[in-house]
Amino acid sequence: MRTESSLEYLLKQGKFVVTAELEPPMSANKDAILKKVSHFKGYVDAINVTDCASAIVRMSSLAVSKLLIDEGLEPIYQLTCRDRNRIAIQSDVLGAYALGVKNILCLTGDHQCLGNHPSAKGVFDLDSVNLIKLMRLMRDEKKFFNGEEMKVAPKLYIGGVFNPHCDPVEFVVQRMVKKVEAGVEFFQSQIIFDVERFKEFMKVVRDSGIDKKAYILAGILPVKSVKALAYMKESVSGMIIPDEFIKRMEKATEPVEEGLRITKELIEQIRNVPGVYGIHISPVKWESIIPRLMEECGFLPRPIAEIKQEVVHN
Amino acid sequence: MQYTWQKRSFFYKIFYFIERLIKEILFQCSMCGQCAVRSLGLTCPMRCPKQLRNGPCGGSMSGICETDPKKKCVWYLIAKRSKRMQIFNKARKIKSPIDWSLFHTAAWDNLFKRRISIDGDSKNTDYFNKWRAMIEKEN
Repeated sequence: MRTESSLEYLLKQGKFVVTAELEPPMSANKDAILKKVSHFKGYVDAINVTDCASAIVRMSSLAVSKLLIDEGLEPIYQLTCRDRNRIAIQSDVLGAYALGVKNILCLTGDHQCLGNHPSAKGVFDLDSVNLIKLMRLMRDEKKFFNGEEMKVAPKLYIGGVFNPHCDPVEFVVQRMVKKVEAGVEFFQSQIIFDVERFKEFMKVVRDSGIDKKAYILAGILPVKSVKALAYMKESVSGMIIPDEFIKRMEKATEPVEEGLRITKELIEQIRNVPGVYGIHISPVKWESIIPRLMEECGFLPRPIAEIKQEVVHN
Repeated sequence: MQYTWQKRSFFYKIFYFIERLIKEILFQCSMCGQCAVRSLGLTCPMRCPKQLRNGPCGGSMSGICETDPKKKCVWYLIAKRSKRMQIFNKARKIKSPIDWSLFHTAAWDNLFKRRISIDGDSKNTDYFNKWRAMIEKEN
């Protein structure tokens, strides 16, 4: 174990891991997050906190991670390269470890023209591959970017993302290999609806040996209406939704039940793909479904991670 | 101290503008000072709206950039061209981050004075470039 993260503990024990995603509110409202805590506590192993996804201004990911830690949950702090230079990145990482964050997800970030502030400057001082390498350097060697030493290293479990829908597939896999070489420890994927395409993608991934060096978690989205599906298809870049799901949701008499059925089928199919070590559920505006979904898919009770606390000597 | 072209001698300015003329016509050069064109299939990665040094981002679909549906993804071009011209192909290596203190300086001069390597890696960030993470094999 290189960190005190319960996500690392469960993955190394060989358990099938479930993570969820939480979008911070678009205002300074703390209660909006505290209301959602009961949907996650005890049902998932870790929670992603997005960092201005799709370049839309939301509450800071670091602040929301601290609020979740105070409630007893385990957050995965997402960090984008679009908004910070290398000085601020190192500073935020030191602060995150001091507040009790144990996991970090490294992203390049969507371009600012896709969001609600297209006049902003996109910093992009580092990209996600170099960010992963920097996290490893800070944790394993206790040094900053320029080689200077630090006394207490931020021990964070490092993750990356990938999008199996981009083509050509070999370029996506080449970038995943670069991230593994930089030192990534787990991957989370973009939302998957086309399972056949994902299975072919995982075959290429297994051939290049990535699944032996990093844990892969597949992304799933529970839908409750045709409008939500259509919105996802148009606005979020990098998602492919086969038409059969849209037709099924249109014809259904009870869209909520049909949506749950679709999600359960997808989870069953993806769970059996070799090389997948867990799933990552991102319920956009439907966090209340998680307790029911976890129970009906047979994921409860969630295992508890017993981690010995290390004493730090200065 | 930042040594961009405005603070240099008269002869340096002439050299800078000649290099800029040639490179802007051939590669749409933005004079970043650490030319990586030789190792990436003779295509400049600074044409990317995110100015990435490592590979296409997750928003490039079918070779089209996420910012503009009429624009091709530069990293898609780099990957295709490096495959065809293997002598200019170092796209699989992790490229170092950009050294912004060399922005708007002449890359050819930086190469002669050994401030950058031939693949466009700056010597100022040498510690980071050379460091490698230890990867544990899974059992």
